[in-house]
Amino acid sequence: MKRALIPFVIFIIMAGFLFKGLFLNPREVPSPLVGKPAPAFSLPQLDQPGKTFAPKDMLGQVWLFNVWASWCGACRDEHPLLVELAQSGVVPVVGMDYKDTASEAKRWLNERGNPYLLSVVDADGRVGIDYGVYGVPETYVIDKAGVIAYKQIGPVTLASLRDDILPLVKRLQAQ
Amino acid sequence: MMKKYRSGLAAILLLLFSQLGMTHEAEPLQSDAAVEAQVQRLATQLRCLVCQNQTLADSHAELAQDLLQEVRDMAARGMSDQAIVDYLVARYGDFVRYKPPLNKTTSLLWLGPFALLLLGGIGLIVMLRRRQAMQAELPLTAAETRQINELLK
Repeated sequence: MKRALIPFVIFIIMAGFLFKGLFLNPREVPSPLVGKPAPAFSLPQLDQPGKTFAPKDMLGQVWLFNVWASWCGACRDEHPLLVELAQSGVVPVVGMDYKDTASEAKRWLNERGNPYLLSVVDADGRVGIDYGVYGVPETYVIDKAGVIAYKQIGPVTLASLRDDILPLVKRLQAQ
Repeated sequence: MMKKYRSGLAAILLLLFSQLGMTHEAEPLQSDAAVEAQVQRLATQLRCLVCQNQTLADSHAELAQDLLQEVRDMAARGMSDQAIVDYLVARYGDFVRYKPPLNKTTSLLWLGPFALLLLGGIGLIVMLRRRQAMQAELPLTAAETRQINELLK
């Protein structure tokens, strides 16, 4: 009787693992960049193409770096949250307009509101590769020393803001 | 006659211009055979992170094309396979390698099948031994002996 239970126990264990697997997100690839300095770049700004922005301009501040594009569907989902976040003034958000055209990007921001302190333009996606971007939108939390503390792949949600991003921002700001 | 020439000229011009249009696209292929061979070799070893179950060589996703171009640039600069893979791993993590490296997080993946094979083998041997012992231990009853003798007669 005991022996007959063995396959059943094995089945239960495997079912347990598979059940857990149902709730994992295969798109979430752990980023090796967390804990490393944000890769340096110097890119033109969307609104003032004559001016550039570099991550070191934000040294001393905790900031969010949000990769977006006007062609990106999921960016539409997170955009209202970012707008609200920007209005609250808790943390500055710098955008990176990824592989987009300036006119489309500007229209997109005009229609939906502009939550960004400024947006830089990564027209050919080179800086995106440096940041390990593979699915837009992606959001990085960067600390006062310019080190990436967190990376969110996919849209920012109310839950991820409340549970992960904002508590982390508060903690980093207090440092 | 003149007409013939003219159409011939037009054909040549057309060919020329279509070539012009194409040179831009095909440029990387012509640059250097060794570089291109390296790019092709690496393309089969690197993962397209958008499609996840395709290599860069198989994928038509835009990011895959960008990454290939990046690999091509690095190859043209004379970087080794290892240096290029390391560059991408530093940005995208081990997942970008189509063949995962053997390390702490992937040890179950690499060793799991062998562990299962070993477990199965041990189970099989134990089971066979037990069955053998069971068969050897059972002496024939008097009735069975009689039956066998009857059949063999």
